[in-house]
Amino acid sequence: MRRAVMLGLAMLALAAPYALAAESQAADAVNPQADFKAFRKYFTERFPKVPLNDFVNGPYSMDAGLRKQWEEIDAFPPYQFAVDKGKEMFATPFADGKTYADCFPDKGIGIRQNYPYFDGKSGEVITLDVALNQCREANGEKPLDYSKDDMAALTAYMAFTSRGKPFDIKIPDDPRALAAYQKGEEYFYTRRGQLNLSCASCHVQNPGGHLRTEVLAPALGIVAALPIYRSEWGGMGTTSRRLTSCNSQVRATPLKPEDEQYRDLEYYLSYMSNGLPISGPGARP
Amino acid sequence: MRRLGMIGLAVIFSIGGFANAALAAPADDFQAALAKAEAANKQAGALKNQWTTTAQELKTAQAAAAAGHYDEAIKDAQHALALAEASIAQAKEQAAVWKQAVVR
Repeated sequence: MRRAVMLGLAMLALAAPYALAAESQAADAVNPQADFKAFRKYFTERFPKVPLNDFVNGPYSMDAGLRKQWEEIDAFPPYQFAVDKGKEMFATPFADGKTYADCFPDKGIGIRQNYPYFDGKSGEVITLDVALNQCREANGEKPLDYSKDDMAALTAYMAFTSRGKPFDIKIPDDPRALAAYQKGEEYFYTRRGQLNLSCASCHVQNPGGHLRTEVLAPALGIVAALPIYRSEWGGMGTTSRRLTSCNSQVRATPLKPEDEQYRDLEYYLSYMSNGLPISGPGARP
Repeated sequence: MRRLGMIGLAVIFSIGGFANAALAAPADDFQAALAKAEAANKQAGALKNQWTTTAQELKTAQAAAAAGHYDEAIKDAQHALALAEASIAQAKEQAAVWKQAVVR
């Protein structure tokens, strides 16, 4: 009996390091579903009075005074000119006679919530902006600048047709898709620039706080309002413009618009927003 | 007399040579400092973690050198090197610790 007990203890002692290693490996394993639950719980517990769907309104869900100003501005939305221009561009045929509608499911109407997606063929994340340029190039047109007004107008129109539809970002059972998701998560939490700030520094650790006169938006739902009209810019801005300007603000040299890292970041943040409604195009201070 | 003249010319040429060398030394020192800083900034670029302030300091250094202010230019280049090295250290450290910030 004593020998059996000693043998049992010895076996436990041998197994323990393997169990710890397995636990450590489990902690390192990519688990988007677990991340999603934890992310959601963090924000809803931190801001229990904010209705879940209201997180997509960014700083306006955090500050009552700012919200009142926004509601007044939204009576005459500053992004309307971009939506109108985007609608016209969307309907204008390319030189070969085709239009953007020919490149997208449901003729490109009410589909913004499905972007970005992981493309198994190329092994990369495809954002709506990239998909639009792929459509242009497939039809013999030059690609649009990712940071400029024409791309902002097109994506503003497509977001407008999708308002209220819940994000539905998929991570297929493909190690490359999981890797892209994790790279996006890594980018989000990595400190950068001379100011040594990560996206999370502002949008996870300090939402509702102030950066000079700006109210920081929560990361939950932060991509739902894109593209945005920013009063600071006096015009529309795409996702690329927002990300590159954020980088510059922390004194990090921005990457090229729609760089793989930016697309992975958008993939991660969009997945975290699953179920939340598209609110774009948006207006921000 | 002729010998004195030759000696005088030799002295003048020597002084000229030393003067050229004296002028070339800070310029060479600047180029060396600049090359080090640019190499480090390139390494930071490979890590996709350059800082805007590094690029600005490199430009400042080059402007100072172009104006002939080599002492200032060398200091600026050394500062740019320090910024670049800090950005490299940041990238390496963050690659190891970013997971600690993740909401779990």
